[in-house]
Amino acid sequence: MAQLSFEPKYRVRGGTLIGGDLFDFWVGPFYVGFFGVTTIFFTVLGTALCVWGAAIGSTWNLWQINIAPPDLKYGLGLAPLREGGLWQLITVAATGAFVSWALRQVEIARKLGIGYHVPVAFGVAISAYVTLVIVRPFLLGAWGHGFPYGILSHLDWVSNVGYQFLHFHYNPAHMIAITFFFTTVLALAMHGSQILSMTNPKKGETIRTPEHENTFYRDVLGYSIGQVGIHRLGLFLALGAVIFSDVCILISGPLWTRGWPEWWTWWLNLPIWR
Amino acid sequence: MPEYQNIFTRIQVRTLQPDLGVPVEYGHSDRIDGTGHNYWLGVLGDAQIGPIALSRWAVLSLIFGFAAIEIIGLNMWASVGWSPIQFIRQLPWLALEPPSPAYGLHLPPLNKGGWWLLAGFFLTTSILLWWVHLYSRSRKLGMGTHLPWAFASAIWLYFVCGFLRPVLMGSFGEAVPFGIFPHLNWTAALSIRYGNLFYNPFHMLSIAFLYGSTLLFAMHAGTILACSKLGAEREIEQITDRGTGSERAALFWRWTMGFNATMESIHRWAWWFAVLVTLSGGIGILLTGTAVDNWYYWAVKHGVAPQYPPAMIVRPAIADSLRGRYQGPPPDSFPGLSTQPVYAPSSPTVLPAAKP
Repeated sequence: MAQLSFEPKYRVRGGTLIGGDLFDFWVGPFYVGFFGVTTIFFTVLGTALCVWGAAIGSTWNLWQINIAPPDLKYGLGLAPLREGGLWQLITVAATGAFVSWALRQVEIARKLGIGYHVPVAFGVAISAYVTLVIVRPFLLGAWGHGFPYGILSHLDWVSNVGYQFLHFHYNPAHMIAITFFFTTVLALAMHGSQILSMTNPKKGETIRTPEHENTFYRDVLGYSIGQVGIHRLGLFLALGAVIFSDVCILISGPLWTRGWPEWWTWWLNLPIWR
Repeated sequence: MPEYQNIFTRIQVRTLQPDLGVPVEYGHSDRIDGTGHNYWLGVLGDAQIGPIALSRWAVLSLIFGFAAIEIIGLNMWASVGWSPIQFIRQLPWLALEPPSPAYGLHLPPLNKGGWWLLAGFFLTTSILLWWVHLYSRSRKLGMGTHLPWAFASAIWLYFVCGFLRPVLMGSFGEAVPFGIFPHLNWTAALSIRYGNLFYNPFHMLSIAFLYGSTLLFAMHAGTILACSKLGAEREIEQITDRGTGSERAALFWRWTMGFNATMESIHRWAWWFAVLVTLSGGIGILLTGTAVDNWYYWAVKHGVAPQYPPAMIVRPAIADSLRGRYQGPPPDSFPGLSTQPVYAPSSPTVLPAAKP
C-alpha cells in the first residue's frame, strides 16, 4: 500500500520494547513489531475459538451466536471445552490480544517520539474488560459470573445482572459513570463543532483563528478552556466514564448484594435530619 | 517516564491585560465587562474567566429557564409540606410528575400535572431561545453553525421524550417526570413496559455511538496531547498548514490500525458520533409504544433475539394488556417513603380486576 507523501522520513528503526530489530518493519500501512506478532497470534487464536464455539452452538445467526462462560459449579476451576472451557480460552486470548495491542501502541509512540497518552487510555479501556470477566468473577468465586460472548447474549447478561440489583440506575458509581459518558459526548460535540465551524465558516468568509475559538466560548459560556485544555478535559472525561464503570460493576456483588435503591437508606437515616 | 508527558500545566502565565476577545463582526457585541483568573482552572486549561456576552435571546432564555427550575423546585418543596429539612433530605426522590393518563392531552388542573406542563413549556422555551442565541452568536462571529445544529440533535431527544411521543401516544402521562430518581424510574419503567429497550435497534445504535464517542474522544484527545510538544493542539493551523505534530498524529493511527483521519476529518467523525447518540436515541424512543409494543417480540420476529422458554410467550388472554397503554410509574419500593400512584383508580388504563 502506498505510503503517505510525508511518511518515508518517519519510518525509522528503533523504539521497540523487546526483540530489537527482529520484527521492526511494516506490512502495508501496519507497523508489526514483536507485539504485532503476539497480537496476530492471540487474535487468530481467539477468533478461531469463537468460530469453533459458534460451530458447536445452536445457530449461525450472527446476532444470536453465544459462547457462554462455565456453569457456576466449576467455580474458579477449568471447565470442559464445550461447557465454558472455550469461553475461558477466549478470555485469555482476548486479554493477550488487548495487552499486546497496547504495548504495540507504546512502541509506535516511542518510534514517533510522542507521548504515551493513547496506550495509557487504551489500558483503561482494557481495565473495563478485565474487571468484567476476570476481577469480578474472581472476587465472586466463579468464572460463571463473566459475561457471555455474543451480541444479544451479552445484552441479556447486562439486563439480568442489572435487575439482580433491582434497579441498577440507583448504583451511585453507575450514576457517576453515566454522567461522565454524557458529558464526554457533550464536550466532544462542542469541540468537534468548534473546529469545524472555524474552518468551515459562513460562505465568503475566511477561516477563523484560535482567538475566535476562545472568544466564542467566552461569549456563550463565560469561559474557554483553550486548545490544550479541551483535550485534557476530553481525555479526563472519557477515562472517568470507564473508571467509574469499573467501580460500578465491581461493587455490585463483591460489596453490595441487595437492591441498589435500598443502598440509599444511609442518606435518609443520617443523624442530621433529627 | 523520563520524557515530558502533557497532563497538566506546571507553570502558568498571566497577562497583565485580559484577553477581551476578537471584535464582533456583525451586530452588537453584547459583551459584559469583567474578567478574572482561577489558579485551578489554569492547571487544566485556560485560567481566564470571562468576559461573557449576553444577548437578548440569552437573557430571555435564562429567565425562562429560571422560571422552569422555580416551578419544579417549589412543587417539590410543597410535596414535603414546605419543610426545608425534608426538602433536602428527600430531594433525590422528589418529583414533579406529568398529568395522569386520564387527562390524555387535555389540560389538567395545576396541581394534577398542570405545573408539570407549565415547567416543561418554560424549559422548552428556554432551550429554544438558547439555540437561537448560539446560532446568532456563531453568525455574529462569522463562524459556521455546527454547534447549534449539534445542539439541535440533543433537543430532538428531549423533544421526543417530553412532547412528541406523549402526543402520539395520546397522553402527557407518557412523558418524563422532573426529578432525580423519578426520571430514572421512568427510564426503567419504559424499558420494562415495552419489552426491554436493549432489543430496540435504535437504542443499540445510540449506545454504540455513546461508547464510540467516548472511545473517539479518548483516541483524539490522547493523540493531540501526545503530539502537543510538536504543536498538534494548534488544530486550525495544522489543518491549513500541516506540521509534524499532525503528521505524527496521523501516522500513529496509520501504523496502529492501518487507517488514519486527518486533523480536520477527525472532528467530522467526532461531530457525527456525538450527534448520532441523541439522533438515533430519539428515533428509538419515538417508535417505542407508537410503532412497536414490545421490543423483545419485535427482535424475535426479525430473527435478532432468540425465542426464550415458552413461559414467556404472550397468550391472547394477556395480549391486550401488553398493548400501548401506560401503566403509570412503578410503585416506589423504597422503604419508609410512600409515593402516590399517579393513575386514577377510575382510569381506563388500569387493568380490570381478575374475575373470581
